[in-house]
Amino acid sequence: MNELNIKAGQNPSSRKEVPSVVIRFAGDSGDGIQITGSRFTDTTALAGNDLATFPDFPAEIRAPVGTTFGVSAFQINFGSRRIETHGDDPDVLVALNPAALMVNIARLKNGGTVIVDSGTFTDRNLKKAGYKSNPLEDGSLAAYSLLEIDITKLVLESVKEFGLSQKEGLRCKNFWILGLVFWIYGRKREDTVEWLKTKFAKRPEIANANIAALNAGHVYGEVSELGDGFDLYSIPAAEMPAGLYRTVTGGEALAWGLVAGAELADLKIFFGSYPITPASPVLHSLARLKQFGVKTFQAEDEIAAICSAIGASYAGALGITSSSGPGIALKGEAIGLAISTELPLIIVNSQRAGPSTGLPTKTEQSDLYQAVYGRNADAPLVVLASRSPSDCFEVAIEACRLAAKYMTPVMLLTDGYIGNAAEPWLIPTVSDREPFPVNRDIDPEAFAPYSRDPETLARPWAVPGMAGFEHRIGGIEKEDGSGNISYEPENHQQMTDLRRNKILGIAKDIPAQAVEAGLETGDLAVVGWGSTYGPISRAVDNKISAGKSVSHIHLRHIWPFPENLESLLRGFKKVIVPEMNDGQLKTVLRDQFLIDAVPVTKVTGQPFKISEIEDAIDQALES
Amino acid sequence: MNVVVPNEKLKPADFASDQEVRWCPGCGDYAILKAVQRTLPDLDTPKEKYVFVSGIGCSSRFPYYMSTYGFHTIHGRAPAFATGIKITNPDLDVWMVTGDGDGFSIGGNHMLHVLRRNVDLQILLCNNEIYGLTKGQYSPTSGIGLKTPSSPTGSVDNPLKPLVFTLGAGARFAARGYDTQKTLPVILKRAHAHKGTSMVEILQNCIVYNDAVFDNVLARDVAPEKQVHVEHGEPLIYGAEKNKGIRLNTKTLTLEAVTIGEDGITEDDILVHDEKNRSLAMMLAAMDGDELPVALGVIYCDPAETYEDGIEHQMDAAKSAETPSIDALLRDGHTWES
Repeated sequence: MNELNIKAGQNPSSRKEVPSVVIRFAGDSGDGIQITGSRFTDTTALAGNDLATFPDFPAEIRAPVGTTFGVSAFQINFGSRRIETHGDDPDVLVALNPAALMVNIARLKNGGTVIVDSGTFTDRNLKKAGYKSNPLEDGSLAAYSLLEIDITKLVLESVKEFGLSQKEGLRCKNFWILGLVFWIYGRKREDTVEWLKTKFAKRPEIANANIAALNAGHVYGEVSELGDGFDLYSIPAAEMPAGLYRTVTGGEALAWGLVAGAELADLKIFFGSYPITPASPVLHSLARLKQFGVKTFQAEDEIAAICSAIGASYAGALGITSSSGPGIALKGEAIGLAISTELPLIIVNSQRAGPSTGLPTKTEQSDLYQAVYGRNADAPLVVLASRSPSDCFEVAIEACRLAAKYMTPVMLLTDGYIGNAAEPWLIPTVSDREPFPVNRDIDPEAFAPYSRDPETLARPWAVPGMAGFEHRIGGIEKEDGSGNISYEPENHQQMTDLRRNKILGIAKDIPAQAVEAGLETGDLAVVGWGSTYGPISRAVDNKISAGKSVSHIHLRHIWPFPENLESLLRGFKKVIVPEMNDGQLKTVLRDQFLIDAVPVTKVTGQPFKISEIEDAIDQALES
Repeated sequence: MNVVVPNEKLKPADFASDQEVRWCPGCGDYAILKAVQRTLPDLDTPKEKYVFVSGIGCSSRFPYYMSTYGFHTIHGRAPAFATGIKITNPDLDVWMVTGDGDGFSIGGNHMLHVLRRNVDLQILLCNNEIYGLTKGQYSPTSGIGLKTPSSPTGSVDNPLKPLVFTLGAGARFAARGYDTQKTLPVILKRAHAHKGTSMVEILQNCIVYNDAVFDNVLARDVAPEKQVHVEHGEPLIYGAEKNKGIRLNTKTLTLEAVTIGEDGITEDDILVHDEKNRSLAMMLAAMDGDELPVALGVIYCDPAETYEDGIEHQMDAAKSAETPSIDALLRDGHTWES
């Protein structure tokens, strides 16, 4: 396409070098915005940038076209420096219709760039989006650099030769805009062309039309004057530790971590699950891993999902179930049975916003109480939390280790943001790791179902099929040792103590709490858990650079806490706890340590901005 | 604590655990427990492969009284536990014990799905038409008008027929017996031999809260006239004189009781039991001892692929010659060196 004249001023050699950029793609939920985002992500990763993404889509699968509640968005922050978050405010907003502009314009940085498909700014669409006048004409976008392109018309022209219907042709719009954005940021198209050829191998005309749209968007950038003050950019590759990388979402990393952890424990996975947003990607990933002996079972409901997993553990597999808050609530009684029968079990909770159905596609961390306290009676289990997409891999392995070694349910907390977001990942090597195989070498003469390993307090795991170990277990209180039904008052006290002490004893077997950034003592500790890692990390780094005495502590082990956590926290004058809930970790910290942990909370369905954490740090240091 | 005994030497007593049985004296569950303990020595399953799974309720205490592997779980969920056990290890011989409340009220959804999936296990449904362990409330199989603490003026609930539900869910085996039936082990052996979910409804007397509820069918004086013992390939004949039979009314597509020798009816008019005939099974399962006798024995048996076989076929298809490598999985797809 170099036969077209490329204007000197837009020659890639004169691109403006910037350390990072935040782009937000937004359009109708049928516009393929998530695909645009994931293609841009892969290409950006291949270009060597560090990145973080935030897919932000509505709960409705196909909301009425052109409405604000049908707007789907994908934000990516990429750069030549370490990227911790998907970025506070976008530098660039791509809005494929008026509704997408309406919903997202307030996020855009002052002076940022808006790219709109002016072909969709019809009276009808403006009205649907709630505009009284056309924002492209009424001056309301004066604070931004506006790029109006009739993409609707251009994309149809670019795919004319493929004989598609108008509807099919317009479906190529997302690749047209991707082509243009690739041009603006100097990205290569080859990877996306290959992806399209594979994706539409059975419908080459669709692949070719999308490729044509991609190229047309790119050419548009090359040949047109994008307007005064409209710059082209280059973002140099980030300095990353050497090694082999890939991009990974939390859902994938979690599934792969479970497979790795089960292999290290010498167990086969049974995964019982019921579809629920946003937890289903883990089920989808594992269903494709049968070659590893993974058996997935789509149960009739949440209760059957966990009960089948507990049955599987009873029969000798590593039983795993997965859901989101409302589904975890349904599993509560069965979790109690797994605690009482002391069977290994992993319960993955991909948290979402709000009580009841709440906001299924929005992110929140509000199931910490449910994880730590949320069962009838005294029913302790292990609670772990992953902080990022790739961290899901490590936390899943840790969940497998603790569940099998201590014969206990483990609740693994992740959330919709981590599950769907992607980041580059330095691929670990599982074969180098120390295995932690389950011990089934039990002496039949000495066997008692509720005898205990003196060190771990775990009971032996004899499974059906092992001759000489036939025994009965159940939810009725059992006698210490024999496991026979026991209603003796002293025995119930003894068993309650044992169940508690077994879990608390795990604190001796987990890493001491590290400080992510800053010193081990100081004026202020910012304590986080889960997906607030990114914004807390960046905010604390910024404040340390500004000379403040602030440290970042991020918890993976939430129950039990690491042994040194209390003394660590007491080394700071103040402790603040930013959480996407109404202050839950704050309560647990106060409960356990009687320290004055101060909540910093946000439940808007959107992750924290770096600036919000920075403000909270300033406020804490000043007060 | 357990001594391994070669299977051929096992006797019913070898399947009894050391736990004291705590059902009420005279409970029908005792007879069912004995029938199961009499059945197992005749089967070719090694003892360590038996797993008895139950939910909550009087009959669900069953596993504690067996010396096999056993799992007493939570209310209504036994089918889900049993399914997880069987998928994990299809070699296990899984028996599920439940009651009318556990199986068809709180656990109705799981019952529906285990039956339609056709997981290979035996379900012993101890139906006493009452809640026993919670002290006598009406159950989903209780008759209309039953007065209980929770229905002092009589239940208005339309009762569920477990075997009609079973067949409606698409199950491939349905049988019925009663607690003290001498031939109950024969039915249990047929259930065991059937590969797939085998539902055995066992009419069980609750001596405390619903005593004699099945007397209209089981009492000695009415039994011959109110029971038809079905046998595959045999005519559906019953009665003390062996002169009553079941005939299909082809105009109404319903069953009717007729007397051989009356109105020109001969044995040729009587339906011959075909346990592979689902339509017939649906009608036999619905007979309730009112106009028509209650059917006992194997009402339906027509095997199909089991759920766990379907899974195992997919697992086998996914196997490759080489041991799969997680490290290779992580490196599959787009990667780059930094």
